[in-house]
Amino acid sequence: MKIAIIDYGMGNVRSVLRGVEKVGYAAKVTGRAEDILEADKVIFPGVGAFGDGMKELRSRNLEDIIKEYVNTGRPLLAICVAMQLLFDESEEHGRHKGLGLFHGKIIRIPADKSGGLSRKIPHVGWNIVRPSPHSEWEGTIFDTFQESDSCYFVHSFMAEVEDKKDLLAECDYEGISITAAVRRDNITGLQFHPEKSGVAGLNLLKQFLDCEK
Amino acid sequence: MTNFRLIARLDIKAPNLVKGIQLEGLRKIGDPNSFAKKYYEQGIDEIYYQDIVASLYERNSLVDIIEETTKDIFVPITVGGGIRTIDDVTKILNSGADKVSINTEAIKNPEIISEVAKRFGSQCMVLSVEAKQDGDHWEAYFDNGREHSHLNAVKWAKEGESRGAGEIFLTSVDREGTAKGFDMELIQAVTELVNVPVIASGGMGKLEDVEGIAKEANADGVAMARVLHYGQLTVPEIRQFCVAQGIPVRTIAS
Repeated sequence: MKIAIIDYGMGNVRSVLRGVEKVGYAAKVTGRAEDILEADKVIFPGVGAFGDGMKELRSRNLEDIIKEYVNTGRPLLAICVAMQLLFDESEEHGRHKGLGLFHGKIIRIPADKSGGLSRKIPHVGWNIVRPSPHSEWEGTIFDTFQESDSCYFVHSFMAEVEDKKDLLAECDYEGISITAAVRRDNITGLQFHPEKSGVAGLNLLKQFLDCEK
Repeated sequence: MTNFRLIARLDIKAPNLVKGIQLEGLRKIGDPNSFAKKYYEQGIDEIYYQDIVASLYERNSLVDIIEETTKDIFVPITVGGGIRTIDDVTKILNSGADKVSINTEAIKNPEIISEVAKRFGSQCMVLSVEAKQDGDHWEAYFDNGREHSHLNAVKWAKEGESRGAGEIFLTSVDREGTAKGFDMELIQAVTELVNVPVIASGGMGKLEDVEGIAKEANADGVAMARVLHYGQLTVPEIRQFCVAQGIPVRTIAS
């Protein structure tokens, strides 16, 4: 099985590769269109700002390549800002258009809470990931995920999902629900970092590589 | 609130893990990777590396240590010490770290805070504040607690936040390595003023110390060194203590 990890200059590629290796697979870290289009599974990682992410993708002509890969029906796993890049648009440092593979937009985590208090942003730390009311975990990478397990989040912006059926998992953050995972057909996106979420996170990577078809 | 984070702080004088008192009088403890791996296996939430001689570009430097560490450790890693430029940050992140912690350069050139935040996101930019009490206030120090900045540490933390720091890593130089408990007033002064997460470092001596900083001083996490390195406490003991005291911590399904 050929696994490609997309390298587009947006950090943490090595950590994702290490995670993949830890669960028993080899992967190619690559920014080349051929490698991505030929892969059986693609992981699309990312750390950083939305606008920079899109700029880096465009400068490498990867925007259309990712869409082309998705059209083959083979599985894609997008992590953190890469999950956000899959949406229509973002309001992070100005307005930016995304890949539009999921409908909805990326908004700043609201700072205002009830009672005049303010919510700490970024949302950093371990948080329990639970199924969304609209989703079914069976047959997804969360199939074996235990509901009391926590994953590691670090982000200031969050996905506002238009079609609630796309919402796979959520977490609660100081009184609001935050999109933790999305899924549509062959695309899965995670807001948290599976490669930084201990054993629970590694199991999600393993599940993606073992089972996702 | 967010789960309170349990963080292992590893001071590095490459290639060794070291521990000092008030950031001085360093003693060699051992191989940082084996300690980090042990803490990961015990369920630590995060690893914090501080290169205390800022030897970023020397051979067998912190970068090599991080590269080795990330083969076995799948929790967030923050790295500080000697970071001066965007290139330094890129290098550290590419070696497998998740966040950078900056003190000296931020004091000398505060612009670096917003540059890092803009390029990599605020969540990546940790402002390290080394505070020493001076009468009724605290002064921020740099160069590992050696140099005066003449900045009020609490106000500096706030300025750092407004420039884009996504987290404050707050070390009490007075308490660091003493195991005498945290400087509660300092932590409280900072958490009252800033809206980003604040990690308390310096002074952990016993389990009960965690309760105060979590419940009264409202810290978002605790950095621990001595108590872990010398085996006085284990991560599961600390986690269980937090659960028993009603401090929300990461849950790990067995």
